[in-house]
Amino acid sequence: MTDSIDIAHLCTLAKLELAESERDSAEADLRNIMLMVDAMGDVNTTGVEPLAHPLEFVARLRDDTPGPTIEAGQFQHNAPETAEQLYLVPRVVD
Amino acid sequence: MSANERADPRWGDWEPVIGLEVHVQLSTRSKMFSTSSTAFGAAPNTQANAVDLGLPGVLPVINREAVRKAVQFGLAVGAEVNQRSVFDRKNYFYPDLPKGYQISQFKHPIVGRGALTVTLPGGEQRTIGITRAHLEEDAGKSIHDAVPGRTAIDLNRAGTPLLEVVSEPELRSASEAAAYFRTLHSLVRYLGICDGNLAEGSMRCDANVSVRRRGSNVLGQRTETKNINSFRFVEQAIDFEIARQIAVLEAGGSIVQETRLYDPDANETRAMRTKEDSDDYRYFPDPDLQPLVVSDQELEAIAAAMPELPTARRMRYVEQLGLTEYDAELIVADPDLAEYFEATAAAAGGGKAAANWILGDLTAALNRDECTVRESRVSSDQLGQLIQRINDGTISGKIGKTLFETLWNDADTRATVDGLIDARGLRQVSDSGAIETIVDDIIAANPKQVEQFKGGKDKVFGFFVGQVMKATQGKANPKAVNDILRAKLSG
Amino acid sequence: MAVPTTVRAQLEALNRGALSSVELCQALLERTGSLEHLNVFISLNDRLLDQAAAADEARAGGSTLGQLHGLPLAHKDIFMSEGLRTTCGSRMLQDFIAPYTATALQRFADAGALVLGKCNMDEFAMGSSNENSFFGSVANPWDADRVPGGSSGGSAACVAAGLAAAATGTDTGGSIRQPAAFCGVSGIKPTYGRVSRYGMVAFASSLDQGGVMARTAADLALLLANMQGFDPQDSTSIETPDLWLENLKTLPIETLDEALTLDAKLTVGLPQEYFDSGSIGARAMDDIRTVIEVQGHRVQDVSLPNTGIAIPAYYVIAGAEASTNLSRYDGVRFGHRANDAKDLETLYRRSRSEGFGTEVKRRILTGTYALSVGYYEAYYLKAQQLRRLISDDFKRAFADVDVLLTPTTPTTAFERGAVSNPVTMYQQDVFTVPASLAGLPALSLPCGFKDGLPLGAQLIGPHYAERSLLCLAHQIQSHSDWHEAVAIAGVPA
Repeated sequence: MTDSIDIAHLCTLAKLELAESERDSAEADLRNIMLMVDAMGDVNTTGVEPLAHPLEFVARLRDDTPGPTIEAGQFQHNAPETAEQLYLVPRVVD
Repeated sequence: MSANERADPRWGDWEPVIGLEVHVQLSTRSKMFSTSSTAFGAAPNTQANAVDLGLPGVLPVINREAVRKAVQFGLAVGAEVNQRSVFDRKNYFYPDLPKGYQISQFKHPIVGRGALTVTLPGGEQRTIGITRAHLEEDAGKSIHDAVPGRTAIDLNRAGTPLLEVVSEPELRSASEAAAYFRTLHSLVRYLGICDGNLAEGSMRCDANVSVRRRGSNVLGQRTETKNINSFRFVEQAIDFEIARQIAVLEAGGSIVQETRLYDPDANETRAMRTKEDSDDYRYFPDPDLQPLVVSDQELEAIAAAMPELPTARRMRYVEQLGLTEYDAELIVADPDLAEYFEATAAAAGGGKAAANWILGDLTAALNRDECTVRESRVSSDQLGQLIQRINDGTISGKIGKTLFETLWNDADTRATVDGLIDARGLRQVSDSGAIETIVDDIIAANPKQVEQFKGGKDKVFGFFVGQVMKATQGKANPKAVNDILRAKLSG
Repeated sequence: MAVPTTVRAQLEALNRGALSSVELCQALLERTGSLEHLNVFISLNDRLLDQAAAADEARAGGSTLGQLHGLPLAHKDIFMSEGLRTTCGSRMLQDFIAPYTATALQRFADAGALVLGKCNMDEFAMGSSNENSFFGSVANPWDADRVPGGSSGGSAACVAAGLAAAATGTDTGGSIRQPAAFCGVSGIKPTYGRVSRYGMVAFASSLDQGGVMARTAADLALLLANMQGFDPQDSTSIETPDLWLENLKTLPIETLDEALTLDAKLTVGLPQEYFDSGSIGARAMDDIRTVIEVQGHRVQDVSLPNTGIAIPAYYVIAGAEASTNLSRYDGVRFGHRANDAKDLETLYRRSRSEGFGTEVKRRILTGTYALSVGYYEAYYLKAQQLRRLISDDFKRAFADVDVLLTPTTPTTAFERGAVSNPVTMYQQDVFTVPASLAGLPALSLPCGFKDGLPLGAQLIGPHYAERSLLCLAHQIQSHSDWHEAVAIAGVPA
């Protein structure tokens, strides 16, 4: 299955950019990791229910009560670029 | 009616196939997974807390009320409510999607297959299949014209609970699609699960449109037109898209599966320039949330508390209040109007006259002054009282209409109908002595017409009625006038 | 001045008035200053001495906040502490000032503890050597040329070097237990959901669990008691309280031994798959086994047949979850943003590529691949099925035994730079990952030395069995002295 690794496509999905020099080693690493992972195929799991969570609880729900109000700019001191309390990015055209 | 009979001559040999995905903002006080307020119109990013912003280390917690509202919807469309559903992550990058994934339900939605009965413009009813409805969180808003060269992001809307209602591709025309959207709009408002405010984006619709040769069983390639937020635009956007696709196909071209946007100003759809990377959303169960389980007990409690639905209400109006099917349909379509109607009928002590007034004078006044029924300048109490005063003979129907206009134009909504009747001396004159005196005077003053009447010219009778009403400023009881005049003229 | 090295001794000294909080903090800061080459801390709390003075003043006025009043604690730099920089070992969060406090840290604050500083770690908790930190690798206090383990390497080194009596850590596949073993300290990863994950930067949500490292099991118990408990802000938090832990945090420090007394005779299982390897770790278990047997516990072999498949399953699940947990680092609302990106796509790609290190990118790509269309079932679902098999193995074993005893790691601390192949590095976690997949509580404690380097033994219990693990570890430590060995006795001139 590891033949199908398309590192450029994965980078597109994950929004990463690898330099020419990094790409080959990244691909080789990923291939080796997936070779290790392919050992999973040796175990027969027919009829085994997947386990998504170690404690199989059900969701606990919250009451519909609004929390404290937020001050203008309260969470924005870490923001790279803002204006008038809006987060800014290069213009996106729909 | 067969599909052929519904054929639209505009499309010739082509048949449109349409499915709608409607995003319904659930009217909870706080967000789907966070405690931020959902109120509309706050200053930018003042309703986006740490969870909505997707700050490192934050976690989602499911809003019980959003779940209840989704279940209510499921019950209302006769769907199977999946008592165990799962929240998945839908992964894609966009600046107004803070976490880089949307929490949604992919494989196991809370509402399964159901159906919605839609009344088409001609009065015909059709049942449209609902494929599913699932809970998810809304994205924030991208503002492209606030800062030059930049797109500005307001995350106040991010995390607002949405119920995405997906229809089967069973709609065959733009007007059917619009009727379906309207019916859904009416339903969610009756359920009280959405405020239905289209202008604020409380309901938004994506239309999947394809066309095929009539009689074909194979679906054509479809496009998805996104974010349509009015009934009119649904119809216009779909009609445009059908025409466009037919033109492309007839010119020998082929339809590209793509996402398009409707531009209401130009009345056209166009392909979105921002290409989504691919359809590879890498859905998988959100490991921050365990499966959502609705217990039998909760399900029963929600079912027991269901409000009266439009269909049941229509039946009640016809069967118990004596409305025509047509009038009942018109009133029920708008929950606000129906609420006004119920209150008016209660105050008037009957439904039939209330319906006539509401669909007649009230609707005319609302349309004339471009206001909604909630903004009506005549309250349901006032209208009910007015109807009652006509029914008990205190005023005539004609005076009633004048009085309605007076109430409408008199800004003081606290004015009572009885108060106005007295203050303006509008009380109907039913006292036969008073009417007889007037009739005598008029007969005496118009010997020529008396002659004509007696000579068999029955039409002249109307002249006498008019004279009496004129003399009493319309307040004389018409029946009494009739009886007295006929007796005196024939005597 | 010389200060006590355990939490219990420090608290007793503070309570007695033999030591003030200011004196304690000053001593620890001095020691930190003289051991800077270890590179334990990413940030120190620059308001610490003021806060210590306030704690001393409150104590003098007769009011203490709680059991940990005036005690300085170090925290893995993965926990949010409002107003302090929280980097997660990443360039991505190099300048990120936490705008809120993690639930676990708030609990410590409520009990009166102070924040000494934030410990170095593998970037986003991904690593087994602490060599994946943007802030440089950490030296093992036992041998500065060796790694402290990871990802909570800074926390383990901090305790081993005596820079704090205890430090928090997080454990996704062994990130508390493995560095505890490498640094000769004790560490506990509680049952999944015992410690709130709110405010703990996510790596792999279904595996991440906060915990603590200290010199003794008694200290672990005391700190875990104060750190844990139901949190409505974490949907995966355990709702049913552990009454023993809840009680522990109300007790006077002097009665801790009593509370930790183990009356029962336990059956201790030795999973054969953990010993078959003949690794250094496996060969070193005889002595601790003897201590356990001498206390009257029964030891028997058990089998966990699916152990060998745990590493692949873990790397698929953790990679998948991490790949999407890390999507929020997009340079828009916080975190590193590349300069002069002309369009959004460039901004995303460059910000993320500059902000993340090699191992983080590797795991994102692994997880993205595993979740991709066409591979989801072969990888992610398959891994979850194996997770069930592994979990069922443990369930079967715990039908027969009370706890399991295993080596924590296959080797002792290796030299910095010695392991460059990621797949080889991943094998470091072979003994710790299975308990993580099953969400089980597990504790590592020192059990001997090989060539002057510490070795760790791991106790694994069934869900919610923290009490058994802590009491057994306490009993072992009451009858052995491996945990008393000191990496760096005095401060080097």
